[in-house]
Amino acid sequence: MNCYIFIDFGSTYTKVTLVDKDKEEIVATAKSYTTVQTDVMIGYQKALEELFSKVEGEVNIVKKLACSSAAGGLKMIAIGLVPELTAEAAKRAALGAGARVINTYSHFLNKGEVLEIKNSIADMILLAGGTDGGNTECILHNARMLAEYGISVPIVVAGNKSCNDEIAEIFDGRVEYYITENVMPTLNNINVEPARETIRSIFMRKIVHARGMKNIEKEISGILMPTPAAVLKAAETLALGTKNEDGIGDLAVVDIGGATTDVHSIGEGAPSKPGVFLRGLEEPLAKRTVEGDLGMRYSSISVYEAAGKRMMKKYLNIEEYDLEAEFRKRYENTSFVAEDEKDIVFDEAMAKVCADISMKRHAGVVEAIYSPLGTMYSQTGKDLMELPYVIGTGGVIVNSRNPKAILEATKFTMDDPTSLKPRNPKFLIDKRYILSAMGLLSTLDADMAVRMLKKYIVKCEDNHLLVKNQGKCL
Amino acid sequence: MEKKTLVLGVIGSDVHAVGNKILDYSLTNAGFNVVNIGVLSPQEDFINAAIETNADAILVSSLYGHGEIDCRGMREKCDEAGLKDILLYVGGNIVVGKQDWEEVEARFKAMGFDRVYPPGTSVDTAIRDLKEDLGLE
Repeated sequence: MNCYIFIDFGSTYTKVTLVDKDKEEIVATAKSYTTVQTDVMIGYQKALEELFSKVEGEVNIVKKLACSSAAGGLKMIAIGLVPELTAEAAKRAALGAGARVINTYSHFLNKGEVLEIKNSIADMILLAGGTDGGNTECILHNARMLAEYGISVPIVVAGNKSCNDEIAEIFDGRVEYYITENVMPTLNNINVEPARETIRSIFMRKIVHARGMKNIEKEISGILMPTPAAVLKAAETLALGTKNEDGIGDLAVVDIGGATTDVHSIGEGAPSKPGVFLRGLEEPLAKRTVEGDLGMRYSSISVYEAAGKRMMKKYLNIEEYDLEAEFRKRYENTSFVAEDEKDIVFDEAMAKVCADISMKRHAGVVEAIYSPLGTMYSQTGKDLMELPYVIGTGGVIVNSRNPKAILEATKFTMDDPTSLKPRNPKFLIDKRYILSAMGLLSTLDADMAVRMLKKYIVKCEDNHLLVKNQGKCL
Repeated sequence: MEKKTLVLGVIGSDVHAVGNKILDYSLTNAGFNVVNIGVLSPQEDFINAAIETNADAILVSSLYGHGEIDCRGMREKCDEAGLKDILLYVGGNIVVGKQDWEEVEARFKAMGFDRVYPPGTSVDTAIRDLKEDLGLE
């Protein structure tokens, strides 16, 4: 049979998925520990061995594609002018490209800040500032500072187009730079796609040469993008469809990992009720947010800090636990696997907290304004109230006995009456862990990716039951 | 001649959108680059927009009578944000009830506004003033 192999070099596991090209089926999946410290090939070969031990008959590999978040993934710094405007737009562009944004800077950079950037672990910098034809001083100053201090990582320039020539002169021969379209060409309108594409192409060419990744290049056709970008791509493909295949419409993906919780939403997020005015920076159609303080293991201590006893009480009988000790246990032993009943229940409560807070931060808020003309409402961010689907992925959800109960925590409640969280979505589970693989597939054959996503996520047996039993826990 | 950039919006909890659109249309037709931030705009939005777009003037509308409260401290915030000497215009029903216009104008000028317009001012007046203040004619 003719097959594709999709590889996800994750921070913990290297996951491989074998897809039958003609039958459009998942033949097998396998995983092994990621070995980025030594040579990533070792873990990859191990995963492959396991994969092929599950397959019978002749396999003809047509293409091998990969995404990666190994070694901490793609780390970026975003620079803009006003914190709420170009700096925020730059941050969103970087997040959408699948990066971890380690810091955001705004206004004129000072020496201390540039030193901080120089000494940081960032793989790439996104430099923005000014609308097209708008402010020029700030981005030029910042470009000069970055050049002066000899920043060695690639810089993506996505600011006021009027400055591009001058920035090219400043950077030529001193800094590796790539000029692309402005992330905010006119006020409050964002244009994140070109910057995302530029970031992705640099990632493909440069970042994969990083430590431990060298040998893999010959073996596979390419590491196309960071894993979160692949997940976002899959979500986008499933929601919007293609020229030939219908999509399923607006959706959100909640991905609870060991270190972070990612939320991706596809949809305009326009007000669902009349009389609501939109405020602030436009939202990207495909939006990703990352909560660095919400994760099941590496970030467990900060989950406790974010939730507190009060919120834990909402999801757990806290009398039975020494909360601090439980969180500490998971932080100190990141490979801890919950096996007895008590630990499983605790992990699920933690996942609910992550789902709850991450969706709250992702969704927009509505604010009542009391004016002489009566009550008015202003909305900032996306309105997800009428969102039809929430898809769950990530180990704790996929392996849970009760994934739906975890996703229930993303729903709107009267605890946060101003939050625009989804009110009554259908829950779907990425049971076979295929989202990132489908994101890669969509670069080869988007129609097939839509069909397979529908088959394995929307129409799959378990999810069918989930949808049918809406309102009742399985 | 390079186009001059204006930031236009309705300040505070005010949702009068129609006049805002008319101003946007007329000012654009008069040859300005209009950055319209729309209704329900706090002072910070005007100022942030002016910074990013390198604006030459900020035009504040207020129709619901609370303009005096909404506009207070705006010049100081502009100074703080580095928008030194940016032109600040305000117009509409900017105070509560019927008050003596000269007093009202003096109050807003003391707050740092360069031009203050009473209700019923034609947009042509503002365009003429803008051209004068920006040295266009």
